[in-house]
Amino acid sequence: MARMKFLCDAERCIECNGCVVACKNENEVPWGINRRRVITLEDGLPGEKSISVACMHCTDAPCAAVCPVDCFYTTADGIVLHDKDLCIGCGYCFYACPFGAPQYPQREAFGVRGKMDKCTFCAGGPLPDNSDAEYEKYGANRIAQGKLPLCAEMCSTKALLAGDGDVVADIYRQRILKRGGRPKTWGWETAYPEGEA
Amino acid sequence: MVQPARQVARKRHARIMLWSLLIVLAGSMLLPLGGYVYVAVNGAQAAERESSNHPGVNPRANYWRAVREGERGYTSASGLYTTDSLIQNGGEIWRETRNGPVSNITPWVLAAALLAIALFYLIFGPKTLSGEPTGRRMLRWTAGERLLHWYTAILFIVLAITGLSMLFGRAVLVPLLGLPGFSVWAELSITLHNYIGPLFMVGIIIEVVVWLPFNTFKSYDKVWLKRLGGMFRKDDHPPAGRTNAGEKIWFWLIATLGLIGVCVSGLVLDFPNFGQTRATMQLANVLHASLAVIWIAISFGHIYLGTLGLKGTFQGMSKGYVDEQWMKEHHSVWYEQVKSGQAEARPGEAGQQAAVRPGTATPH
Repeated sequence: MARMKFLCDAERCIECNGCVVACKNENEVPWGINRRRVITLEDGLPGEKSISVACMHCTDAPCAAVCPVDCFYTTADGIVLHDKDLCIGCGYCFYACPFGAPQYPQREAFGVRGKMDKCTFCAGGPLPDNSDAEYEKYGANRIAQGKLPLCAEMCSTKALLAGDGDVVADIYRQRILKRGGRPKTWGWETAYPEGEA
Repeated sequence: MVQPARQVARKRHARIMLWSLLIVLAGSMLLPLGGYVYVAVNGAQAAERESSNHPGVNPRANYWRAVREGERGYTSASGLYTTDSLIQNGGEIWRETRNGPVSNITPWVLAAALLAIALFYLIFGPKTLSGEPTGRRMLRWTAGERLLHWYTAILFIVLAITGLSMLFGRAVLVPLLGLPGFSVWAELSITLHNYIGPLFMVGIIIEVVVWLPFNTFKSYDKVWLKRLGGMFRKDDHPPAGRTNAGEKIWFWLIATLGLIGVCVSGLVLDFPNFGQTRATMQLANVLHASLAVIWIAISFGHIYLGTLGLKGTFQGMSKGYVDEQWMKEHHSVWYEQVKSGQAEARPGEAGQQAAVRPGTATPH
């Protein structure tokens, strides 16, 4: 079984935000919620680097560990999903997540946040695959259709890779061999610690 | 042909003039370029100093290390919960603290408090009056004070139950209620907790202000503390004012740890709309949970002493009146003050009536 992973090649990302647009469109993500965002370091300076970030679908997911209602689950493909019918919008997953992935529709007095929303690796949620109910709550389920996340599919420079971690790592390894320099699998040591799938 | 000396001299002058002009021209063009040499030499020297200070540093490695340590960047995305750092490390520390010590030690604190109270009750039993009840009643708590007490008491119990549900529900209640069942309870809990919290805080603030005058420590409180409030001996009744030293400690714990620690950290968590950072909320959450559990544990002792532990105490807070004998034994200093007319039965409220003084109150 594949272990799905994201990898963003910082040498290739040009901060076009195509992945962000693809994600918003494919999943009908509500206004103000960013399942994916591009962060630029040293913006406007020599050596500027951009990286596209979303939920990294961690092996030992901190969000799942702190959730008071235990609404997270990991699919057989290693994708971390959650059940919005169980979520109470407490915000704990947002405190715990290293990548700032969990998003909420509101931020109001008395802790009102609404149900958490995050990147699903285009794998929908616990409802029947590709049903209207699933689409409304979680967005597209491309994985059930045999497709990969649209953000990576649409990436114009192929900086963002999504898919089986072994294949992704292989593609990246070949790039490094060709262009030289050190590999920088950004976020991998946080999301996928050594020795754990 | 011999050239005249004048002609020779003129030729030489012309040569000298030509060369001088050329030197001036070349000089005026070349000398300003010397600035570049100066800058270049300076730069090279600085670079050499730099490299000799930090031999073998890879600037790219430093760059990614900074990112790993939470360096922030720029993002064009905007949203309520959109952050601009690539990796936030505080989350893992918070997770380890909350799921570690906070979740693992606090149940034992509560269990230890309950066990200690149960053991004390079994060994020493309730403290009864040494003398006979007189049947004459004295006003212990006014209607307003009782309202205030029960207002905060009821809210406290609701907050404790809902708060503990959030902390231990996944471990304790999910196996009982199932995931969907517990989710309904948790949703109700968090809503109640978030809306009741500030109302409770208002009650606590009023209590602290209203009850502050008689909760300052006096010299006789030392005697009370030395004799441990007479807890372990049957007819031991150390002196106490309107509140005894134990109640004063309870008061001050609430005014400090409770009000400043639990209530303020609660507000930080309750109002995310002010845009406090995740780091602030992580700290507030750990403080809130651990201090609140300590508060609950001490409240067990308060509830025990107000009900089972001391005969005749509960009616002071339910009906407002206690027996004169109870007052004499448990709050001797206040009893004397009321009796001699130095203090009203309601201290802090001038001009209250003598109708409640011992002997004049109607028999119960």
